[in-house]
This record gives sequence, C-alpha cells and structure tokens, in this order.
Amino acid sequence: MSNNTVIHEGSWSGFTSGEWCERVNVVDFIRKNITPYHGDGAFLASATTKTTKLWKIVSELIKAERENGGVLDVDAHTPGSIIAHGAGYIDKELETVVGLQTDAPLRRAIMPYGGLKMVENGLKAYGFEADATVAEIFTKYRKTHNQGVFDVYTKEMLACRKSGIITGLPDAYGRGRIIGDYRRVALYGVDFLMAERRAIYDSSADLAMTEEIIRQREETTEQYRALGDLKQMALNYGFDISKPAKDSREAIQWVYFAYLAAIKQQNGAAMSIGRVSTFLDIYFERDLRNGVITESEIQELMDHFVMKLRMVRFLRTPEYDQLFSGDPVWVTEAIGGMCEDGRTLVTKNSYRMIHTLYNIGAAPEPNLTVLWSDAMPESFKVFCSQASIDTSSLQYENDDLMRPKFGDDYAIACCVSAMKIGKQMQFFGARANLAKTLLYAVNGGRDEKSGAQIAPATFEPITGEYLSYDEVYAKFDQMMDWLAKVYVNSLNVIHYMHDKYSYESLQMALHDKDIYRTLACGIAGLSVCADSLSAIKYAKVKALRNDDGLVYDYEIEGDFPLYGNNDDRVDSLAAELVSTFMSKVRKHPSYRGSVHTQSVLTITSNVVYGKKTGNTPDGRKAGEPFAPGANPMHGRDTHGAIASLSSVAKLPYCDAEDGISYTFAILPNALGKTEQIKADNLAGLMNGYFSDNGHHLNVNVFNRETLLDAMDHPEKYPQLTIRVSGYAVNFIKLTREQQLDVIARTMHTKF
Amino acid sequence: MSTSGYIHSIDTFGSVDGPGIRYIIFTSGCLMRCQYCHNPDTWKMKDGIEKTTDKLVADIIRYKSYMLNTGGGVTISGGEPLLQPDFVYELINKLHTFNIPVAIDTCGFPNIDNLKHVVDAADLILLDIKSFDPETYKLVTSRELSNTLRFAEYLQQTNKRTWIRFVYVPNLTDAKENIEGLAKYLSTMTNVELVEVLPFHKMGEHKWELLGYDYKLKNTPIPTEKEIEFARDIFKRYGLKVQ
Repeated sequence: MSNNTVIHEGSWSGFTSGEWCERVNVVDFIRKNITPYHGDGAFLASATTKTTKLWKIVSELIKAERENGGVLDVDAHTPGSIIAHGAGYIDKELETVVGLQTDAPLRRAIMPYGGLKMVENGLKAYGFEADATVAEIFTKYRKTHNQGVFDVYTKEMLACRKSGIITGLPDAYGRGRIIGDYRRVALYGVDFLMAERRAIYDSSADLAMTEEIIRQREETTEQYRALGDLKQMALNYGFDISKPAKDSREAIQWVYFAYLAAIKQQNGAAMSIGRVSTFLDIYFERDLRNGVITESEIQELMDHFVMKLRMVRFLRTPEYDQLFSGDPVWVTEAIGGMCEDGRTLVTKNSYRMIHTLYNIGAAPEPNLTVLWSDAMPESFKVFCSQASIDTSSLQYENDDLMRPKFGDDYAIACCVSAMKIGKQMQFFGARANLAKTLLYAVNGGRDEKSGAQIAPATFEPITGEYLSYDEVYAKFDQMMDWLAKVYVNSLNVIHYMHDKYSYESLQMALHDKDIYRTLACGIAGLSVCADSLSAIKYAKVKALRNDDGLVYDYEIEGDFPLYGNNDDRVDSLAAELVSTFMSKVRKHPSYRGSVHTQSVLTITSNVVYGKKTGNTPDGRKAGEPFAPGANPMHGRDTHGAIASLSSVAKLPYCDAEDGISYTFAILPNALGKTEQIKADNLAGLMNGYFSDNGHHLNVNVFNRETLLDAMDHPEKYPQLTIRVSGYAVNFIKLTREQQLDVIARTMHTKF
Repeated sequence: MSTSGYIHSIDTFGSVDGPGIRYIIFTSGCLMRCQYCHNPDTWKMKDGIEKTTDKLVADIIRYKSYMLNTGGGVTISGGEPLLQPDFVYELINKLHTFNIPVAIDTCGFPNIDNLKHVVDAADLILLDIKSFDPETYKLVTSRELSNTLRFAEYLQQTNKRTWIRFVYVPNLTDAKENIEGLAKYLSTMTNVELVEVLPFHKMGEHKWELLGYDYKLKNTPIPTEKEIEFARDIFKRYGLKVQ
C-alpha cells in the first residue's frame, strides 16, 4: 500500500494510508486522518430516548449500590479473568455499547492474584462471605503478589510502612497506572496483534537464554494468550474482533472490549482509558461523510460508552478507601492538546466526550482531562471552562509542558502522570511523607507519635531549645537520604513481585516490544514542609520536649512567609525540596531499568498522612490534614488565586515529571458577573497558569452551601461531583472527615 | 520617589471589579459608614499595612500576562482610595509605564477639586452611587450626596470612561423613585459605559461583629433575582447598558 493515498477497500476504506498500514503505529494513523475542529459546540446532540432510559436504569443501580453500603454485589467464587464470566448486560435492547466486568451490572469480581487478604477483607467489610475454595487455592497452591512482597520486605521497610512515613504502597492491590493502547484493537483487529506478538517471540529464538530473554519470552506468551482470551470474550458477546473495526459502532465497541478485558484481569489502582476520543473521531467523521451515521447516533454511542466507564468497579477495603476515597478507578481520558505539526488534536469528538456531562449529568468517571495548550482553539477553551463551571468534572494539564517530553500521543495514567501510549509504563510508587521526615530529623529518627526508633539510631536528635535552620536542614537532608533508599528499595521489591505474580498481560499486549519504564515515586506534605522550614528560617521556633526527650510540639515567635503567596523566600524552599528529594531518589538502583520520577500528588490521602503526622513547626497541629498535592495549606494563601497558582507553578516539572497537582476551588460569583465573563475569566486564568509552566489544575466551581446541604441530604445530590487531588469523586461518597476537609479548603472568595 | 499607601489587602484574581482579570488593591481608610459595607475592616486607615508604590508595582507586573490577556488590569479599591491621592496618582503613573490599565473604585465623596489629576490619570472609574435620594443617601452612608454628584459631573465633563455601581438593598435603597431618579440622571451622561446593580449580601456581617460594630441590616433580606431584575429594567428603560 503506498503512502498518503486514500484507501478504497476493506475496513480502512476512506482512510489515508501510511506507515500505520504496515505495522502498529496509531499516531501515524491519527496524523494522517484527523479532522481538527475549530468551531463551537452548537452541533452537539442531546440525549436520545434510549440514553435517558438506560441512564435511569444505571442511576437506580448506583443508588441501590450506595444504599447497600457501597457495594451492590460481588461474585466471591470466581477469581476474575478476561473470560471468567460470561456476557452481562444492563438492558440488551437499549445498550449500543455492550460488555460488563462480570455477568451482572455493578457486580464486582475478586482478583486474588494481587493479594488474598485484600479480597477477604473487602468481602468482609461489605458483608459478603469469602469462598473457602478460593482461599485454599490462593494459600496452598498459588502464591500472590502480596505474599511475595512480604516474603522479602525488610524490618525497616515494615517499620516505615507502619509509622506512615511511606504510605499507600501497592503491595496488597493491583499497582495499575498502566495504559494499554486500546485503540490498536479497533484499528488492527486482534489477529494482527497476535501475529505481531508471535513475531516478537520468534525473533528471540536464537538468542542466548539470559534471564532477560527468558522473561521476555514468557511475558510475550502471556500477552499472546491474553489476546486470544480477549477475542473469546468478545465472541461471548457475539462479536468477532479478529479483524479491524469497519465502522463507528465497531470501533467504539472494540476499543471498549479491549479496555474491558484489562479491567476484568486487573484491579489496578488506576485504570486509564488513554486518549480515545480523537481516535474515534476519525471513524465518526468518515461515517458522517458517507452518510451512514447521524450526529445523534454518534452522541448516543459516546453517552453509552461513557456510561460503561462510569460502571467500572473493583472490590476494595475500607483502609484503601481512606487513602483513595470515593471508590475511584481513574478511567482517565486525555482530551484535546496539539499535534507536533502545529494542528490541534481537538476534534468534534473532544466536544462530544465533554458533552456527556450534560446528557447524562456530572460524574467523577471517566476522569476527563483536558490537555491545555496555548495554541488550542479559543472556542474549545471557553467550552471547557463553561463545562467546569457547570459540572466541576474536568481537570487540566499543560500540553505545552508535556508535549516536548512525551510527544503528541501520550495519555495520563491515574491523575497527572503523562505516558506515551503503548510505549511507556510506570511502576506506581505511592508517596513518601516529607513532613514526617522533617520531624524524624528533629527527633533523630524516632517517630514523633509513637516514640519508636524508625530510622537507624545513629541519627542524632536535635537538642537545642530553639531550632537553627542550618542544623535542621543538614539533619533533614541526611534523613531524606535514608528515606529515599528505603523507599526505592521497597518499590523494587513490590514491582518485582507484581511482575511475577500479577502480570498485566492484556495491557502489556497492547504495548510495543520495548518499553520505557519509570519508577513513579511521590512526595506528600510539601507545603507543610516548606512552611515549617520557612518558620525555622524566618521566625523563631522553639522545640517542646516531653519527659522522654521527644519533641512533640513547636512554639513559633514572629512572622514568616507562607507558601502560596508568590513569595520567593518560601516558594524557593518548596521548589528546592522537590529537586532535592528527586536527586536522592535517583541515587538508588531501580527495578528493571526503570527511570526514576516523582509526583507531588496525594489524591485524598492528604487526610490520612495528616492523621499519621504529629505537630509540625509551621503551626499545623497533629492529625490535621495536609494540603492536597502541591496545594498551599488551607487558608494560608491570602493573596488570591493567581498568587497561589504562581507559587505552585514554580515547582520544577523536570524534577517531578510524574506530575504536580493543584486543586482549585472557587465560588461561581467570584469568577465574574455574567456567564460569558465567568467562562472567559476561567479560561484566562488557565492560560496564564499554564503559560507560567503550571502543570496540572483541578477546577471546582461551587458554593459552600451546596456542599453543606449535600452532607445532610445526600439523596438530593446523587451526581454532585468535585475534583480532589488529581481525580474527581461523588461528593456524597466521601467519608465525613474528607467532606469536611474539602469544605475547609480555601475557596477563593474575595469580594 | 516612592510614596507609601495604607493597604488592607490585595487579591491577585479579581474578576468583579472592572473588566477581565484584575489585581485588586484594597486600600484602608474610608469616611463613609455605609450600613451594608462588607469591608468594615478597611475603615481605619492606620489599620492597614504601609506599602510603597515601587513595591506594589514590582509585585503587580508579575501578573501582567493574566491581566493583559483578558482585557483586565489593576483596580484600586478600598476603603476609599482617593483618601490617599498622592499614592494613587503615583501608582497609576508607574503602572502606565508598563502599559497596565488602572481603574479606581470610589464612592465619589472626596472633594473632586483636589483630585482632578488623579481621576484624569485613571483609565476607568467605578463610581459607587449609594443612593440618588439625598435623604436615603445620608441614611445609608452618614454623608451627603452632593459631593458624589459633583464628582460625577466632573467625570461627564472630562468624558471619563465610567461604570456606575448601585447596591440594591431591600427596604433601604430599593424605592422605585430612588432607582428611577438615578437612572434618569445617568441617562444624561455620555461617559457611562455600564451600570452594575449589585445585590446586597451578608458576607461581611461577621466582620461587623468581629470589630464590635452594630450591624443594622441583620434582618434585611437578600434581594430576590426578581427584585434585581426589576431594578435593572429601570436602568435599561433609560437606555443604559446594565450588567
């Protein structure tokens, strides 16, 4: 097939040819065939009768799930896999996109490969009986990821885990954050992809059988098998997906099938869908041109697809829910952005994806993420801003910052982590608690709450009454060295075992042969730490000790600059912390040649981290929540939103390439006086923030009263959605503690 | 030279005091004692923090891209900024060297005769006319209306770009004749670009209590959308652009 000519036959008829025809190259297909859209949202179609009926059924199910304590049903007897369950439907007559994780809607599967304890505790917490046979199999005959990790953990790792200086490690649940290139299944069909795996396998037949090659051959075989299962799974629904999708309906269905197989196989902490809307637009545009589909039918497909993405469920435990509240699964979809050739990747389908928020109401999933570029069409910027004002369901990430590093076909894993689709994966590393590390530095490695010696006793505590910045910083620096080592080592153990016992064969089958891997570390407590250092540096901080010599509190005399006010004196401390910890992490060998990165992101774990951390030298009291992600502490950013954004924008992305999360909440009336002005001002705010190199922005636009009312009358707000660090949740699904935390956070309200 | 002014606070993301995204400087010091004031903590000048124009300008220019991309600028509000005319005048001139437009938010009570150069220098005046009926004006503000009208006349004479702001307070400023009188008066001015009807709100009430002042509007309701529309319609009938 020659390059750049219109194809006239087969499933690809009407598309422009290119390298993509010969080998897997989705980005080439997109570049050759995309129709950038510069218009506004006037073309959008409203919900069809079918959509409205179907959403009503789904809403009732979600309501029943909530009333049942958070879980509607679990199949406790069948360990999940791609083909463990037969076909399941919501209402076969109404669904235009089919496929469920088990045989019934919102019925959760168990996935014991990650860890049996997670399954058993999850079942118990929601009132379901564990299956004795499953327990026997996964204790006697089959080892789990969780068991593997605990076979190897050192005493020190266990102590750090217990004290909470490292929290949220994926050692008992699926690590997730892997994005299969689900588009490949629609574009090529499964047979093509299986043949590609076969070729990879055969290419190593004559090589020396080193550990690396043996592993590659075993994994490729697993991948091949998973693709076979995927084909079978689709057949169970009456679809043969061995060949490329030939029209819009098949394209969206097959992308979904590929994703469905992934979420049947893995209960990963975050299961992004990738960047599918612009890809699908190419099929939609072609079929529209040929007059074989209408706008209303396309929107119906998108609405139904999104409904399915809103129904993804995993069985979790209450402890997990404390860290990552609201039952999130991070079905993150990246929308918009720019092509490297200067055209926009905004298409009509970018609009349709966001329009689902109007047709079937606001929702936390899929985690809609707009890749913001200065060069993006103004009409789309304003459309997105309006959707944020109306639904608080969007987050934004800086395409101009990420594109130079990740190209123009990356997606977002989980909340804020960019990855080249099908070419890159990460080893998710949760996060280390820097605020607590600072307290350990003061106390010579003893935990400020328990008094237990966590870091080696060779660390000397600070003994002076008043803290000296130089002394504290020197000790803090050493303590970060120690922590970085324990942290990276723990992650290596975890990911070795995850690959061994809970390998994501389907998702990895939708990747290239050679993968760029990152070790995605993270930090929590950045603003607490920066303000604490600022207090020590610019004010006088007195250490209060108990009888045991342990510093348990601090007295501050005088003023000091606070992070979040665009004051370089303290913002530079925050930026330096990010770079310093990153450089320490980089010193330690990482599993499987992965490249060290880090994020400044907490999800909702800022509450738990706060709970586990004692009084800090910035005046924060023990147990009080940290600020989420890279946010300034609540109420300390007193110079308005842009000063706050500017402080965050100073954090160096090059030392936090896994993402820097900022969550912003504003009252509708504080954005401007008319609807048009509000949308324009919000777009202007984002333009400014992103041109200052800000990385990520969660936008919430709501009134406090609404949230307070929703706490008391949850039944009135089934779809009230708010953005928390890096994702969105149904407000009413948050724990009360987290609801109060959200309400307490700074709302930019000057008047 | 760098003159100091007394500043209550700043807001780097102002969106309701003039067009676009604005850097708002809330000066401290005001002679009015408006019953509905939502910033009574700005009344006493000496409660503010002294800041020089140089220091402010250095801070402001960091936000220039936000302002200029949205047609915004700086708004000097308060308090009553014109109680510190030298400071305001110098600040405006310095900001103009960076091409940053400046609005002044004033009640028009300070004597215009001493302030002409300051007003001339500003790009936009947000003139708060608390009431058109002199008695009501006095009741609301404890001051006389006549100064504000003289101020408005000067704006007309110099054709200064002006937005008028009127706070609708039920049972206080809401008389039809009061609104109608103001509308009629404004309709003769050619420099008025926009009239903003601001609904009375109670977000400042807690500050009154905190400061130990007697808040007289405890029982005053927040106006309904219908009442606000009623007021807006009056201004519209007189050919004014209303927001």
